[in-house]
Amino acid sequence: MALDRKIAYINLTTGDVEVKSIPLDVRKKFIGGRGLDAYLLLNHSKKGCDPLGPANPLIVSGGILTATCASATARTHIMAKSPLTGLLGSANMGGFFAPEMAWAGFHHLVIKGKAKKPVYLFIKNGTIEIRDAENIWGKTTTDTQWAIQDELNDKEVKSLVIGPAGENLVTFANVMTGIKNAGGRSGMGAVMGSKNLKAIACRGTMDINIAHPVEALEYNKRFIDQITSAKVNKTQGTLGTPMIWGATNSWGGVRTRNFQYNQCEYADDIEPEAIDEICEETIGPYHMAGCFGCQVHCRAQYRIPSGPLKGTYDEGPEYTSQGAFGGEPDTPRAETVLVGNHLVDQYGVDNLEIGSLISWAMELYEEGIITSKDTDGLDLRFGNDEAVLEMIERICFRKGKVADALAMGGIPASKIFGKNSFDFLIQVKGMSNLHSDERATPGLALNIATASRGSDHLRSRPAIDLYHLPEKVLHKIYGNPVPFKGKLSSEHTEYVGKAWQVFWQENCYMGVDCLGICKYHTTFLGATLPNFEDWPKVLYYNTGLKFTPKELWNISERCNMLERLFNIREGLTRNDLEKGDMLNHRYFDEPCRRGAPDVVGSMIDKKKFIGMIDDFYEHKGLDQNGIPKPETLKRLEIANEPSHML
Amino acid sequence: MLTKDKVLMINPEKCTGCRLCELVCAVKHDGASNPSRSRIRVMKWEMDGVYIPMACQQCQDAPCMGVCPANAISRNDELNVIEIDYDKCIGCRSCVAICPFGAMGFNSIDRKVFKCDLCDGDPQCVRFCEVEAIEYIDADDVAILKKQDAAAKLHATSNKVALKSA
Repeated sequence: MALDRKIAYINLTTGDVEVKSIPLDVRKKFIGGRGLDAYLLLNHSKKGCDPLGPANPLIVSGGILTATCASATARTHIMAKSPLTGLLGSANMGGFFAPEMAWAGFHHLVIKGKAKKPVYLFIKNGTIEIRDAENIWGKTTTDTQWAIQDELNDKEVKSLVIGPAGENLVTFANVMTGIKNAGGRSGMGAVMGSKNLKAIACRGTMDINIAHPVEALEYNKRFIDQITSAKVNKTQGTLGTPMIWGATNSWGGVRTRNFQYNQCEYADDIEPEAIDEICEETIGPYHMAGCFGCQVHCRAQYRIPSGPLKGTYDEGPEYTSQGAFGGEPDTPRAETVLVGNHLVDQYGVDNLEIGSLISWAMELYEEGIITSKDTDGLDLRFGNDEAVLEMIERICFRKGKVADALAMGGIPASKIFGKNSFDFLIQVKGMSNLHSDERATPGLALNIATASRGSDHLRSRPAIDLYHLPEKVLHKIYGNPVPFKGKLSSEHTEYVGKAWQVFWQENCYMGVDCLGICKYHTTFLGATLPNFEDWPKVLYYNTGLKFTPKELWNISERCNMLERLFNIREGLTRNDLEKGDMLNHRYFDEPCRRGAPDVVGSMIDKKKFIGMIDDFYEHKGLDQNGIPKPETLKRLEIANEPSHML
Repeated sequence: MLTKDKVLMINPEKCTGCRLCELVCAVKHDGASNPSRSRIRVMKWEMDGVYIPMACQQCQDAPCMGVCPANAISRNDELNVIEIDYDKCIGCRSCVAICPFGAMGFNSIDRKVFKCDLCDGDPQCVRFCEVEAIEYIDADDVAILKKQDAAAKLHATSNKVALKSA
């Protein structure tokens, strides 16, 4: 049964391993995956703990449905206090790791302490071994995985690893599995590196008994048909996420030259069709790959088509790599994007963060805040492809003054660069914004301002807001499973009702993250995809647990509030530019210069933005300072957290 | 409807490596998710992005059938499938050792050998594979379909060459 998967507490300082069952009442309250991780983080970390110190717990999990007969249950979730933001660290990735961990008997790992020398964990069928990793330390993410497979003489072993960036404590180093699946954001790789933990390797052959296998199989078929019939998923399955970049850039939603423009010009070379052509030419007509059990298969395969790394295999590039190494630094060249994507995969660093910080540094260079003397002669101007790739290398290996400062993250670097460098840093809570430009889309702006792990699009983005759906349809989606009596607007430039949409999406995404399902299988990019109404059946057929849609909504709300409690404990306040629910001033005082007619001239109206935050807080049951009201905590049954049940 | 003499045709080029076939195979047969129970397994060369699903070929001169000392393995002509009679099987695993494709498995939980039974004519791996990397077709058609596929590639290549020289 999924419910008999265990939780393991591993102390790398002492070598102690303790395995516990997950009580049913804990499951019913927090489900699993990211929700239960939030509970564990709040319970196993102390206020103000050093994110790179031994006391910061690193939590790795699969969802309650991981590896069951539900669709696309590939997601691994990683949580800890973030070395980038000093607040909640949370990363989520696809691939094959979490299912293997579930077959090996575990749903959650809580890793504390610090090993004296490099180690990796090997988890097999209920046993956990701490193994020497001195020979593997220093290797790239893929070499690490193959070296572990060779050492264990087992090609079926799946590993979650860090690369050189994690070892070098780059605060936005990621964890990786496979060629390109990345738990990208908030520096979880640096937390692993700080513990001298190079990898977690899993191999499992233990049954996950399905509660109602016949029904689960049939429902999965229905689910898959629903998912693959969505037009957006069909396109994802042929072009991957680059299709989003192309679409967004066409109307002026892609930030370029850090934040100077909202559209990348002369970008034909990195349009989705152009990238697809490279995939087709270098791999063949069938060049899309899928994560475990997923029929969307959005992962493009390619070989670098030209230059010194010609012929090198990789996967992607995702939307984020196009933005990070094409749009933001204004280097819209396929080779630069594909090589940049390859380097971040190999070194294990968040493409989004590193690309944004490089572009920020480029603007500082343009402004004269940093000079060629600081960069050791590197011409850090916009449009310089070589500088982008060189900076990736330098940051991951912390070479030179500017790169070493950037490796600490935007806010610490701004204190080193001084002057008004912070004003140019496009971040929320210390995390760089996605390369999209939200000045024309207030709902999306509210999402990045309030997302729990810092500026982020995968925690509450109402992406379907861009589809201009009729209000009737919006009410049908956003009025379930709890009614919404207010007004919703089909206009993405409006402020009305967006706070509710962001609140709803926050709960929806927490839901999938607790289940362990990919967001392409819920109301993220497709308006017709499954959510609260559909999940009770999947849960019942696979685990035997009964929930109503409303109960699942409540659980999501509860888990989101745990994340909020953690952030407040670590210093989140409403308007703080470094740790608050607030956007960079450029959102409010610099209008969009390019794009569609209704986009040119757009910027966020600060008064209305503050009104949206007020509404959002009200929906969440927070007071006007963003602190949960006592009655909210009572309603969500978390008034006594941390409760140390697990 | 059960059609006689149908086979699994696997086209590794189309496989996305998602392993949904492994999941549904195990759930259908054993009610449990566990790839080591699956009759079909996807072998991967990740650094080349190559994924190859491996399943029983239902051989005409099946080595598993030949090697079985208990005569527990036989051909079901109705479905064109090699079957195990568990009443006769002694669990010696000779069939596992001799199969050139690794298609005969041994399940260490139930202590039994197992193999693809084509789900009695409705293979779930085929049903769930949206990219049609696994198809269930008349044995006679395999070669002609492959010919058509190869010819299409030749045609595309010659068109390309013609365009270039034009």
